[in-house]
Amino acid sequence: MNKKTFLAFIGPSVLMMVLFIALPLATVLKQSFYQTQSVYETLEVETCSPTFTGQVCIKEIKTIPIIGDNGKVITQTNYVGLSNYQNVLEFPRVIAAFANNSWHEFMLIDFWKALRFTLSFTLITLPLVLFFGLLIALCINNVAKSIRGPVIFVSLLPMIITPVIGALAIRWLFIGDGVLTSFLEWWFAKDIAMFAQAWTIEFMMTFYRVWHVAPFAAIVFYAGLQTVNQDTIESAIIDGASRWQKLRFVILPHLMPLIVFVTLIHLMDAYRVFEEVIGFSSQAHVISLQWLTYDFLTADLMGNRSIGRASASSMLTMIGITLLLIPVLRGVWNDYKGKRL
Amino acid sequence: MKDINLIKQPLTLRFSSYFFLIFWCIVAAFPIFWISVISVKLPLDAFNSNALNVIFGPATLSQGKGLSFIDITVGLAIILFTAKLTTGWLGRKVNQYSPNGYVGFGWIIGSMTFGISFIVVFFAIMPSILSVLNEYTGVLGNNIIGFSTEHYSTVWFERDFINNFKNSLLVTTGVVSISLTFGTLAGYGLARSGSNLAFWILIIALVFRALPHSVLVTGYLPFFINSAEILRPIFGDAAPTFYGMPWATVAVLVAINQPFTIWMLRSFFQSIPAELDEAARVDGCSHFQAFRRVIMPVMWPGVITTGLFSFLLAYNDFLVTSMLLEAQNTTMVPAIASMFNMETTTTDQVVAVAAAVSIIAPLFFLVMFFQRQIVSGLTAGAVKG
Repeated sequence: MNKKTFLAFIGPSVLMMVLFIALPLATVLKQSFYQTQSVYETLEVETCSPTFTGQVCIKEIKTIPIIGDNGKVITQTNYVGLSNYQNVLEFPRVIAAFANNSWHEFMLIDFWKALRFTLSFTLITLPLVLFFGLLIALCINNVAKSIRGPVIFVSLLPMIITPVIGALAIRWLFIGDGVLTSFLEWWFAKDIAMFAQAWTIEFMMTFYRVWHVAPFAAIVFYAGLQTVNQDTIESAIIDGASRWQKLRFVILPHLMPLIVFVTLIHLMDAYRVFEEVIGFSSQAHVISLQWLTYDFLTADLMGNRSIGRASASSMLTMIGITLLLIPVLRGVWNDYKGKRL
Repeated sequence: MKDINLIKQPLTLRFSSYFFLIFWCIVAAFPIFWISVISVKLPLDAFNSNALNVIFGPATLSQGKGLSFIDITVGLAIILFTAKLTTGWLGRKVNQYSPNGYVGFGWIIGSMTFGISFIVVFFAIMPSILSVLNEYTGVLGNNIIGFSTEHYSTVWFERDFINNFKNSLLVTTGVVSISLTFGTLAGYGLARSGSNLAFWILIIALVFRALPHSVLVTGYLPFFINSAEILRPIFGDAAPTFYGMPWATVAVLVAINQPFTIWMLRSFFQSIPAELDEAARVDGCSHFQAFRRVIMPVMWPGVITTGLFSFLLAYNDFLVTSMLLEAQNTTMVPAIASMFNMETTTTDQVVAVAAAVSIIAPLFFLVMFFQRQIVSGLTAGAVKG
């Protein structure tokens, strides 16, 4: 295939990605250094009100937004340097918190709170997803062929369900006197409110995410198990390998590329955690980085959106995912170069 | 070959495998089962602290709303029969009646016809027959489980969910068709080119795949809101405001979906031997003709699979649609956020549950129809790459 045909084939797709991914990224970078504000003017306003003795007039100096010819508030965009980033990171408060040696105070700052949750959520769910995925895959591989189909059907349900609805489904099990809360109350014989503190909400979010992603890992691993070299297994058995050794030294190394694949995908997806915050309505206790950006973007009562701060937090979010993915991508890259040599 | 494995398996291990799988299936299905149960109960039952009350719904029953033994048997029979049909019969019929090379199209038509006729039979014909039947069958016709569809009618007719449904339909159709058109072209090009450029495009696409969607939305939003003023010098007064336009959202979702689509389609194209297009080229086809006449007819399974995942992305999306569409005129998933946050009465809560079940019901049928394609799609990127 010559270069011209190749370009013709990939053209539309690349154009889409440039227009709607690369270009917005550049815009976000630019926006993060600018701030759009309404232009205010200071006026002396005289308000008079009638009283018995005549009119009483009060002169006030008011700051009001200038309204343009089309009836909209005039805005003005200024270069503000790094101040958007400073507004998001809030270093003075961070320093104050550290000076007081207070973790609690530190966690009151939105960005750091979101970062803490996003990272711990990603890193806690990853091993759980891998473990349960592998366990389900091994079990499916272990049972009679006739029931594998139905099991896979049921397993696909949590994976394919709309994330917001999946989170809601878990939430409705626990909300108020929901069925599982009543069960837990009976079990521990005390009153339980699952939505009153951060750690129970985080626990439910982790549960939801593992429930949602483990089937994906399981199906990928199950497909990998079908291609395990049976001769190697046989020779391992002849050499007297125990079941555990077989798993550790034959099956796991065979699945290694798939484990890396699932890790890569899961890191990307779990770092984007967002739907859980919506589904569990947890913004009072737990927020994530994506939700923070979303919140900046949402119009407030005056119809203002803090685009500048949203851009700054977007850029910080992106730096985070890049740092997180570097170790994995490096492994893939070394592997790729090794294959080429 | 795997017999050695099986024979050597101690009984305890096999037993615990079965036990764990049963446990897992319960965990996997329970939340979904539970919200479907809640959605057909009156509020008093739906959030009752006693699980049995939720399932049997005495308060719902006392209002005279329920299902009899006959209703349940007939309903289950029809569902099982449908499931049986979808797994074998439907596929054979589609293959039989589709003109050569249009099997994928045949599948779309076939499954839509099937789905619609199921809805007609299950929700229109069956209830009217059963209500007559219940009157003449005595004890068997008495209601035993509380069942009320009133929340569904509230959602769909009073809360105007139909409008959201139409938007969802528009957005998903647009996203699936456009991203497949662009994706197949690019996937084919990338699979058949060994150049460095192709490699780097794939790597960049992978990086794009990792971007949080909120980052992209931050880039679009100011432009979309002000697009009428920004584009005025070019288009004059006809310049559109992109904010709130479903088509703009479609374009955004297509772009977000593109990295994933081209990776998956590329791996499907790679599994088709390159000799096939070489043969077509020898017979005098251009590259594009070879692609359209020779490769596409054998690519349908891959295209359907990728289409399914594009559909899921567009259908399940919350962030992009809720940000770029106006709150009154959005798709189904963002629409539900306003429902469950409105915690004024428990009735509102159950209405939100009914809306949630309405949203996931099509997905349930999707898994039923396309289980094999979904599994092959999940493993395509992994096992081959």
